[in-house]
Amino acid sequence: MHILVLLKMVPDVVEELEIAADGRALDLEYLRMILSESDDHALEQALLLKEKYGGKVTVLALDAPEVDDALFTAAAKGADRVMKIAGQDAGFTTRQAARILSLVIADEPGVMPVDLILTGVQAIDDLDGLVAPLVADDLNMPYLGIITGVALDVSAGTARAVKEYPAGVRGEFQIRLPAVLGIQAAEKPPRYVPVAKIRMAMKSIKIEGVEVPTLADGGWPLVNVLEMKRNEPAGHAEMLEGSAGEVSSRLCGILAERGLF
Amino acid sequence: MSTCPMTLETLQQFPEGKEILTCLQCGACASTCPYGEVMEYPPRRIIAMMRAGMLEKVFTSDSLLACVACYACMAKCPRGIRLTEVLLPLMKEQTLTHLPELPGELQRALQNTLRYGNPMGEPSRKRAAWVKTAGVPIRIFAEDRRPADALWFVECYTSYYPRGQDNSRATAKLFYRLGIDFAILGNEEKCAGECGRLTWEPGLFETLMDYNMAVFQKYQFQRVVTSCPHAHNAFKNRYPALGFNWALEHVTPFLARYVDQLKRLLSRKLPYTVTYHDSCCLGRQNEFYEAPRELLRAIPGMKLIEMVHNRVNAICCGGGGGGMWLDTYFKAKGYERLSERRVKEAVATGADVLAVSCPYEVSRFEDALKVLGYDKRMMVRDVTELLAEAMEE
Amino acid sequence: MTGNVSVLAEHWRGRISEATFETLALGREVADQLGVPLTAILTGWNSRHLAQALGVADAVIYIDHPLLAEVIPQVSAEALVQVLEKARPRVLMVPLTNISLAISTFVGTRLGVPVVNFCKDVRVVNGRLDACCVLYGGKIEATVETGEPSGPQPAILGIWPGARPAEKGRVERTVPVTDRAVVLEDTRGIQLTKYIEPEAGDVDLTKEDVLVAVGRGIQDKANLGLAEELAKTLGGVVCGSRPVIDQGWLPLSRQVGKSGLTVKPKLYVALGISGAPEHVEGMKDSGLIVAVNSDPRAPIFHVAHYGIVGDVLETLPVLTEAVGARKAATHHA
Repeated sequence: MHILVLLKMVPDVVEELEIAADGRALDLEYLRMILSESDDHALEQALLLKEKYGGKVTVLALDAPEVDDALFTAAAKGADRVMKIAGQDAGFTTRQAARILSLVIADEPGVMPVDLILTGVQAIDDLDGLVAPLVADDLNMPYLGIITGVALDVSAGTARAVKEYPAGVRGEFQIRLPAVLGIQAAEKPPRYVPVAKIRMAMKSIKIEGVEVPTLADGGWPLVNVLEMKRNEPAGHAEMLEGSAGEVSSRLCGILAERGLF
Repeated sequence: MSTCPMTLETLQQFPEGKEILTCLQCGACASTCPYGEVMEYPPRRIIAMMRAGMLEKVFTSDSLLACVACYACMAKCPRGIRLTEVLLPLMKEQTLTHLPELPGELQRALQNTLRYGNPMGEPSRKRAAWVKTAGVPIRIFAEDRRPADALWFVECYTSYYPRGQDNSRATAKLFYRLGIDFAILGNEEKCAGECGRLTWEPGLFETLMDYNMAVFQKYQFQRVVTSCPHAHNAFKNRYPALGFNWALEHVTPFLARYVDQLKRLLSRKLPYTVTYHDSCCLGRQNEFYEAPRELLRAIPGMKLIEMVHNRVNAICCGGGGGGMWLDTYFKAKGYERLSERRVKEAVATGADVLAVSCPYEVSRFEDALKVLGYDKRMMVRDVTELLAEAMEE
Repeated sequence: MTGNVSVLAEHWRGRISEATFETLALGREVADQLGVPLTAILTGWNSRHLAQALGVADAVIYIDHPLLAEVIPQVSAEALVQVLEKARPRVLMVPLTNISLAISTFVGTRLGVPVVNFCKDVRVVNGRLDACCVLYGGKIEATVETGEPSGPQPAILGIWPGARPAEKGRVERTVPVTDRAVVLEDTRGIQLTKYIEPEAGDVDLTKEDVLVAVGRGIQDKANLGLAEELAKTLGGVVCGSRPVIDQGWLPLSRQVGKSGLTVKPKLYVALGISGAPEHVEGMKDSGLIVAVNSDPRAPIFHVAHYGIVGDVLETLPVLTEAVGARKAATHHA
């Protein structure tokens, strides 16, 4: 059983995001990157599957600030192999990143065969597409997303995945492997790993470097960002004055405007 | 580990380690422990298991989560065994690696501390935001590199938490009026490493120590004054191994040295009856019992009344040892919240004010008063807040 | 079909979804601005009758196939590609929901056209489309240029829930329905084996769109019923700050805050909650925060979008009634 986990770093929204001088992108000076939350869950789910069914977990990520931390942490948590694709000049859109990942998965010696590819269902910066579906189509694998539970039938070559539907309903699906799953949440919250273990991993584990493949020219419908701006919080509530009846009426108007009815 | 050379394996090579095995099994530790009744393995039993070669059982139980690092056991041990300082941290470290799942809130606090330098997960770039509201000039080393007499290590709750910021503003006002030459690290400051919590996580503690020592070495100052007793402990007990050799004081005993000067400034009468809660780190651990009381008595109109358990016998607020982030965990297990137990005692004195010197206590006691319905009868104030209030503008 | 605005209509358990109506409302506006027709695309198996709810569109295309009975993104995408390939709309809008997530990505990649996600607004500017997208968990708004008249078509837009009021997309009108056949071979080795219904009493606060939160200002457990009425009328559930759970008025699963859950519902109504940092930490990113508190200086008013100073117990029933009346009026429209 070989499970591949795809990780992506996204802007850490805890540290306030600033807009660059040209008003079209984030200011990189104060930007910190953090592992995309649902990718963290994908890693956890992979480790849970490894604990249950055996096999190996390989983690693959594109180079980004602080990605080494994420990869060493993954190794400290139990990933068998951590790989980083590096050598690019600028950032990639989600669609480009997914294509790069697919090329590496298919062509880099020793990655294939994989039985299952897990990655987060969606990241906060997936403006031009989602990684899991893109990789699934590139590798001609079935895809299912918004997954909160995975079980394997290794001998039958299938997985059972639980998908979230509206109103708390879930659906159980059987999927033929190899497959790509977009993880919403792992069956358990991502485990804690002591800092001492991460530091040990930094000394003993090597992140394998992969040269970034060149993307075919043209045919890349890129998104053109005209402007970026921050959503500023107001700092204080707008107070609704009047009798209970009056404020209720006003509030109903506000809720209706917001489509909350 | 460079700062705590003792490990379970090497324990017996150190006098403190050998000392552990002189335990009489008298049980004074368990009976004085605020959670002694609910702990499966209080210190006495831990040592018994150690002698029996069955420590594994201790690590795989969650007993140590109930230890709030209050030093009560250590204070009462007739053999003077360094329970809270030596035995319990080693046990906690092992428990962390053996626990199948760490309680979520504590895990988040640890992860936030590593990433953002504070357990709340607040942005590091907002740590010094409160300075703008201080009302007095506060120098930040990164902006003005001149030497200062005192580096005021503000700490996390006192930087980010609104009630903690009240404390910081009061402290700044006092420093200013006393003419203290001080500066702060501002956004460069990260958690000093709250000992009790970070005994779970020595790797994290080391990371913070490395960072803070590197920042200290950038600037010139004679002493470190801190608002947080936990930070005080970290600097006093752990940091020297990395070269920390500055004079060190917590704000309360620091201010007590200026009590005569303060008396001249404290012209506003505060007609409150106040009862003082001895924080574990400042009190039992460092025996700073009289300094805060001296300061309170210096305030005109203030009347001091003691709780039944005071000074060395004070009951912990429950915030140490990670307890700050385990309230829901304890509640789910049916334990009484220590802050509630303590607040009942405070209210029984009939005092108007519960005075404290540790930032954890303000939030814990205000919460307990609210939950028990006593929030109209009693308010919680840090000693510095009371001093500042008693100063004329 | 060519050059028009198309909206993927999704349905769940026999009903067109709210997100579809929201997307149709937006689609209607864009179609009108472009001066082109609005087409709704409906897929399913024996679901043709659902087309009647799509009256806001000028036409409905219905794709019927047994393999479309359950939405499997790659299969739905294949069906859409077959229909859209030869007669490409100008714009295809797809709701971003649990049901249709990933369809926009698949269609975009197979047709080789741009996809823009997280759109909460779309405007026609100088003949092209400007999509206003919500990024980074709502912290940033990005205006993205797409849908150039001469550019690749369709421009695919993933529409964020709440982009428009659903009621604007609900119109009673008979629309012409055209059937389109597709050839689908298999479901890519994906098969739904069963549904798992939520257990009674099981509430996951993090999945709710509307939360009515109570604090100590509710004063007594007996008053919880008032909050529950409001929650029910708004289509949400009741939750509480820690002191309320401590008193045993609500179970632990309903606790919001530092020691409980972090929630981001579309609407958070805070009743009698002072706004201590420990609570605010768990709800500050909610879409719309309305606070009712008798203390004008309660810290909750710093994080709420709208505030009402008043007696919670007096305000609650009046508010519940007003909401009920407004809702009834809306759904009869």
